[in-house]
Amino acid sequence: MAPVLEVSGLSTVFHTRRGLVRAVQDVSFSVEAGETLAIVGESGCGKTITALSLMRLIPMPPGEITAGSVRLVGKDLLKVSDADMRKLRGSQIAMIFQEPMTALNPLLTVGRQIVEMVTLHENLSRSAARRRAVEMLERVRIPEPERRAREYPHQMSGGMRQRVMIAMALACRPKVLVADEPTTALDVTIQAQILDLIGDLQREFGTAVVLITHDLGVVAETAQRVVVMYAGRKVEEAPVGELFARPQHPYMRGLLSSIPLVGSARGLNIAPDMRLQEIPGMVPPLNDLPPGCAFGPRCPLVTDRCRAAPPPFERKRPDHSAACWLS
Amino acid sequence: MNTGWWSDLRYLMRRYPLGVGGAVIMTVFVLAAMFASVVAPLDPFSTNARASLAPPGSKYLMGADMMGRDVLSRLIHGARISLAVAMGATALGSGFGAALGLASGYIGGWFDLIVQRLAEVMQSLPLLVMALVITASLGPSLGNTIIAIAIPLIPNVARVIRSNVLSLRELPFVEAAKATGMSEWRVAIVHVLPNTLAPLIVLATAQLGSTILTEASLSFLGLGVPEPYPSWGRMLSESAAEYVRTAPWLVIYPGLAISLVVFGSNLLGDALRDALDPRQRD
Amino acid sequence: MEPLIEVTDLRKFYPVQKGILGRTVGQVHAVDGISFSIGVGETLGLVGESGCGKSTVGRAVLRLIEPTSGAIKVRGQDITHLPKAAMRPLRRQMQIVFQDPFSSLNPRIRAGEIVGEPLKVHGVGDKVERAERVAQLFARVGLRPQQMRNYPHQFSGGQRQRVSIARALALDPGFIVADEPVSALDVSIQAQVINLLMDLQRDAKLSYLFISHNLAVVEHIAHRVAVMYLGRIVEYADKATLFAAPLHPYTEALLAAVPIPDPALKRQKQHVGGDVPSPINPPTGCHFHPRCRYAEARCRVESPLLREVAPGHTVACHLR
Repeated sequence: MAPVLEVSGLSTVFHTRRGLVRAVQDVSFSVEAGETLAIVGESGCGKTITALSLMRLIPMPPGEITAGSVRLVGKDLLKVSDADMRKLRGSQIAMIFQEPMTALNPLLTVGRQIVEMVTLHENLSRSAARRRAVEMLERVRIPEPERRAREYPHQMSGGMRQRVMIAMALACRPKVLVADEPTTALDVTIQAQILDLIGDLQREFGTAVVLITHDLGVVAETAQRVVVMYAGRKVEEAPVGELFARPQHPYMRGLLSSIPLVGSARGLNIAPDMRLQEIPGMVPPLNDLPPGCAFGPRCPLVTDRCRAAPPPFERKRPDHSAACWLS
Repeated sequence: MNTGWWSDLRYLMRRYPLGVGGAVIMTVFVLAAMFASVVAPLDPFSTNARASLAPPGSKYLMGADMMGRDVLSRLIHGARISLAVAMGATALGSGFGAALGLASGYIGGWFDLIVQRLAEVMQSLPLLVMALVITASLGPSLGNTIIAIAIPLIPNVARVIRSNVLSLRELPFVEAAKATGMSEWRVAIVHVLPNTLAPLIVLATAQLGSTILTEASLSFLGLGVPEPYPSWGRMLSESAAEYVRTAPWLVIYPGLAISLVVFGSNLLGDALRDALDPRQRD
Repeated sequence: MEPLIEVTDLRKFYPVQKGILGRTVGQVHAVDGISFSIGVGETLGLVGESGCGKSTVGRAVLRLIEPTSGAIKVRGQDITHLPKAAMRPLRRQMQIVFQDPFSSLNPRIRAGEIVGEPLKVHGVGDKVERAERVAQLFARVGLRPQQMRNYPHQFSGGQRQRVSIARALALDPGFIVADEPVSALDVSIQAQVINLLMDLQRDAKLSYLFISHNLAVVEHIAHRVAVMYLGRIVEYADKATLFAAPLHPYTEALLAAVPIPDPALKRQKQHVGGDVPSPINPPTGCHFHPRCRYAEARCRVESPLLREVAPGHTVACHLR
């Protein structure tokens, strides 16, 4: 099946007073309809900039998408005009953000915001648009949707606001949903609800989801394929089961052994005083990357070859690629 | 880094060109004011009927007013008055306002409530009207003009500082200081006050501009600095209505002076705020 | 052995004010009768979601917020009503580390001075001795002494937390309240700071009240765990028991909701619905009943008390 979204060689930079920041370097991936691709990494890895680049929401200047293509059902989003992109945003590709409070307009009712979204892209009468808005609120499992449609964002809880954002994003049944840390700001029980909701709606609408997160648990639960990013580059890519079972890149291995696990689910008994495996050091600044592998300074296996040149991203196992000289 | 003041200055000029520009403007005016008697080419007070309304020329570089007095010299001496009044009023008003805002924000409770209501009442009266009322009741004199301009400043500054203090008070590092057993007094001075200094300085320099304008307006209306002190505002008031078409230099040059000082102080204030933020220091 | 910290029936209510004159029309029960104890060298994990009151508990125990009622004992001494002057020397024994590495440090003061300030406040040593102690503390938390001259903005988030920890350690306290100390940090840095906290505990026999919403981290670092919901403790047990065999429906729901980083283990799909309630308008009876799958009529009406159902394991539920 042809992928719905095909990103190839995407590179985004920022021109700052402190030099050129290579936020995203040569990132490629593809997502099929009904599939969830997770892009995972920590702060400064470039995952959010990647998401914004897909949506062409990067402020230019100081940002600049210097290379690559983003093909949505064959059409390269980076080449269309601004006006065409605006038509595509929301109707073909939509985004939800981490902080629902800042992403929703505090002065408009929730229903009005969905209506606005719908009437922007489809030729519906006011009443039809309003009906669609209430229908979407119901779809995202907000109880009493007609009443809630008349409420303002500040009257709602964080979880509910996130549901509204999802309703807005999916109101026009886009082919791709880009979700940037959609549950990071939510409580654990609400996070579970929202992730289930996104999954259910995805199955119902056949939406392709690009999920940006730093939480490996969320990745394991929701994604089919995973891209791991570090300092602006892709360092590993694989189907989710394969990635967790046989991580090839030392960064991914390091991450997996440094997160504490809820032991009861695995029937393990965690004795106190057991140390977590640490990854020493910090992510390098993006305007001052080391000449070789960006992870080199923190890598337990680093060699001179690693310090000299950045490793190519290549296939290590069937359907499993990584950028490492040593695996 | 033990480099001399010259390279420090060059560094400042590179990082804050606008601020240095503002500082230069202010310095020029302040120096002119301080050394007025030396710098001014002619006596600002001596009248000369034959030179009345002389246009700008070799003798009267900025022209002469209706009494034959040299505009340039009056401007330079007027700088002394206008700047003294503006700086004095700003310092007085900001100082009291900041102290009140700090106390009000930090102590809270009924003290805060009362101060707030008072400030609201004071602010609901326009700056100029308040200044007018105070000068009119206290009588025109240099000192009273300074007081009259300072008083309406107090609630403005107090409110801004208070809201800063309110948010600072909640920050974890203030709580952490209290957790180590520091007295409230010390926490306020060591932790809260320095973090309000930057906004205070910017506010004060912005107010400087507005106090100059207020002084000019008061003098324009005859309620500010009394005769014989030359004041930019009064220079405008004496000439604006009657002579603006026939002798425009009487209006242009004082107006320009006022504008330049306000502009310079604003630029300086913005740059100071950035320079004082340790986050910008590298 | 006598516990280091003993909290009994702690309550903190906030008045709800309406109208111009600010009349009090009600109370928010932010903390509604909490009791626990922490031994020397022990960590109590306090878990819960937003609005449950766990941060308030942490601050109330240190008397950074004044409790409305209840008792707090440190080494047997009741500190609940001590006047400020008497509290001061006691503050040397109990310190706090906050969640946000950015606002925990005064941006205008150098890191070395920040860490040395508690020493200055209590008149410990002269300038030279203090500088030495600060250098020691920096080394202890894994920072270089040269970094003492830096301002907070020159550090990364993880390093700032280390500075906060160094500040908390300055006076050699026996007890530290850690309020979400790693929640704002990147995952790979979290491990560093968690390890640091555990090392410090082992070396100095520190006790922690570790407040967090992250169950995995709590399971790693705590000895005993208390689960809070809307101002009350709903379950309180040692770590192994709580995570292996939770009794309270809310604890079950929490554990079921945590995403597990292992795609081979899918968690069950049925999740507790509803929103995390706000303490301003709590449900009647058992606070959890609107979201509880086992709720009965009794749960709506009567508030369950914490009962010991097994040695060292207390639960507040009618059905257990």
